[in-house]
Amino acid sequence: MNAVVTANGLSKRYKNSVALDGVSFQIQSGRIVGLIGPNGAGKTTALKAILGLTDFQGELNVLGLDPRRQRDKLMEQVCFIADVAVLPRWLRVREAVDFVANVHPRFDRAKCEAFLARTKLTPEQRVKQMSKGMIVQLHLALVMAIDARLLILDEPTLGLDILYRKQFYQSLLEDYFDENKTIMVTTHQVEEIEHILTDLMFIRDGKIVLDADMDNVGERFIEVMVNADQAAAARALKPLDERQVFGKSIFLFDGIERSRLEAMGEVRRPSVGDLFVATMRSTYA
Amino acid sequence: MKTFYWLVKREFWEHRGGFVWAPLITSAIFLLLNLIGIVAGETISGHHGFSAFINIDGNHTQLFNQPMDAETAQRIGAGLDLAMYVATLIISVVFGFVAFFYFLGALYDDRRDRSLLFWKSLPISDTATVLSKVVATGVVAPVISLVVGVATGMVVLLMFTITLSLHGIGVWHLLTLAHPLRVTANLLGSIPLYLLWALPSIGWLLLCSAWARSKPFLWAVLLPVIVSIMVGWFRLLDLLPSAASTAWGTACIRMLLSVFPGGWLIESIRSSSLNHDDDIGMSFIDLSHTYGILASANLWIGACAGIAMIAAAIWFRRWRDDT
Repeated sequence: MNAVVTANGLSKRYKNSVALDGVSFQIQSGRIVGLIGPNGAGKTTALKAILGLTDFQGELNVLGLDPRRQRDKLMEQVCFIADVAVLPRWLRVREAVDFVANVHPRFDRAKCEAFLARTKLTPEQRVKQMSKGMIVQLHLALVMAIDARLLILDEPTLGLDILYRKQFYQSLLEDYFDENKTIMVTTHQVEEIEHILTDLMFIRDGKIVLDADMDNVGERFIEVMVNADQAAAARALKPLDERQVFGKSIFLFDGIERSRLEAMGEVRRPSVGDLFVATMRSTYA
Repeated sequence: MKTFYWLVKREFWEHRGGFVWAPLITSAIFLLLNLIGIVAGETISGHHGFSAFINIDGNHTQLFNQPMDAETAQRIGAGLDLAMYVATLIISVVFGFVAFFYFLGALYDDRRDRSLLFWKSLPISDTATVLSKVVATGVVAPVISLVVGVATGMVVLLMFTITLSLHGIGVWHLLTLAHPLRVTANLLGSIPLYLLWALPSIGWLLLCSAWARSKPFLWAVLLPVIVSIMVGWFRLLDLLPSAASTAWGTACIRMLLSVFPGGWLIESIRSSSLNHDDDIGMSFIDLSHTYGILASANLWIGACAGIAMIAAAIWFRRWRDDT
């Protein structure tokens, strides 16, 4: 087994709410895992627990270390971009590179400078003079130059325009990710990352409601477009979701044989977004 | 060690304004005021005759050229040293304010603007982070302030010497009676004492900074004030021995005001056996006297409390997040 993160019965309670409710999961090396859930579902708490930023009940092993007690050592192997624009406003590009180069044993300065050369950032520029997109470029250049085994991204592209968002994930895939690295990402912009994910986790009310790799998702979940006359038969198979488009019904099924569904109409793979909406239905109701 | 050096350096990047510019600007203002004083004096004496203002007639001018006995020389030297101490004192007061607000924000500001999450993404222990802040403002920044202070004092002396020599009074030889090296050594030598003395304030302010979810200033100041009021009431009702309320008063002062440099001088003068009438060389500020405070319980109790509060601040730094 080559697990990067192993969680067993992870729980975290705040004063009047449960952020994590006995969550167990495992993340293998060389995967890109999307942790998707509605607001307040416990995504950030789960990531904070992995990063040793919050206390919790249960067992958690990250790269063989306990994030509660061995955080300093862990952070040599783990990187994170916790949110957009968390770099301190007084920091200059030059200072940021100097500082990380001197405190992080796995930082490659030449690599970082090469990444920065592709942007419009200048060494004397301060974070407060940058746009949100530029701050993320700087943060990403710093993080990608660190040879870490686990990268955690918590809403890294929130509020960026589409150019920066595309560039962000493209850089990660082309210049950073390889089979020795693992990326965990949470985002609400599911459509933009679904093609790069290898694994999908849905979290809701502090519980993992779906944990599967993308091939598995493609096999389990099937969407069928059914004519009105077949609709009753389709409903009998207990679809997860039903919606109407151009007088036809689209049903989403979990774990029904593909051949049976093909008989009813045109089948296709559901988007992660549709799957998410179907799974999380009634969350806010 | 390298990490620690860069952590201290990082504090300087962030607080260049307080550590470097504040003493320089204070120095510039102090020099400007002196210059204005000299110019004003010149103008007034221009109207009334120079001798009327400075009250030096022919006889008195002789005084500067006469051979002096040793005691006069010592008095003049002490007076010149005093100019350097005064300049340093003014800059130290400014430094005290800088240090107070620095420690109050040190572990709070980055939680508020969430840059904490960036610093925490690096393999740096919270102990190193907090101690780097103590060292940056408890040791390195005071060196800058003191050096600027002594340099300012010397410039003031030069300004007056030049003014006098413009009137044909040569006092250049008197400058050699000053002891700039001794002054600098006395001041720099007192920095370890400063750190020890300031520990209860540093600890209390860092603790509030690390612990408060908002408004660390109010917590740091109001908490001791409210407790003081309660202590006052209990004292009025005679529920508390007077020793307890005195002790609490001392504790409050030490918690809030010990970041201002020089506080130990009051304590050391009070407790020293020095005969003040004989003190013509400003020897009360000499290290051999000031380090006598190492014998006082006040210093060590405060230092221990400070270290305990710094340890607590490190613990809060570890577990308080950006929420």
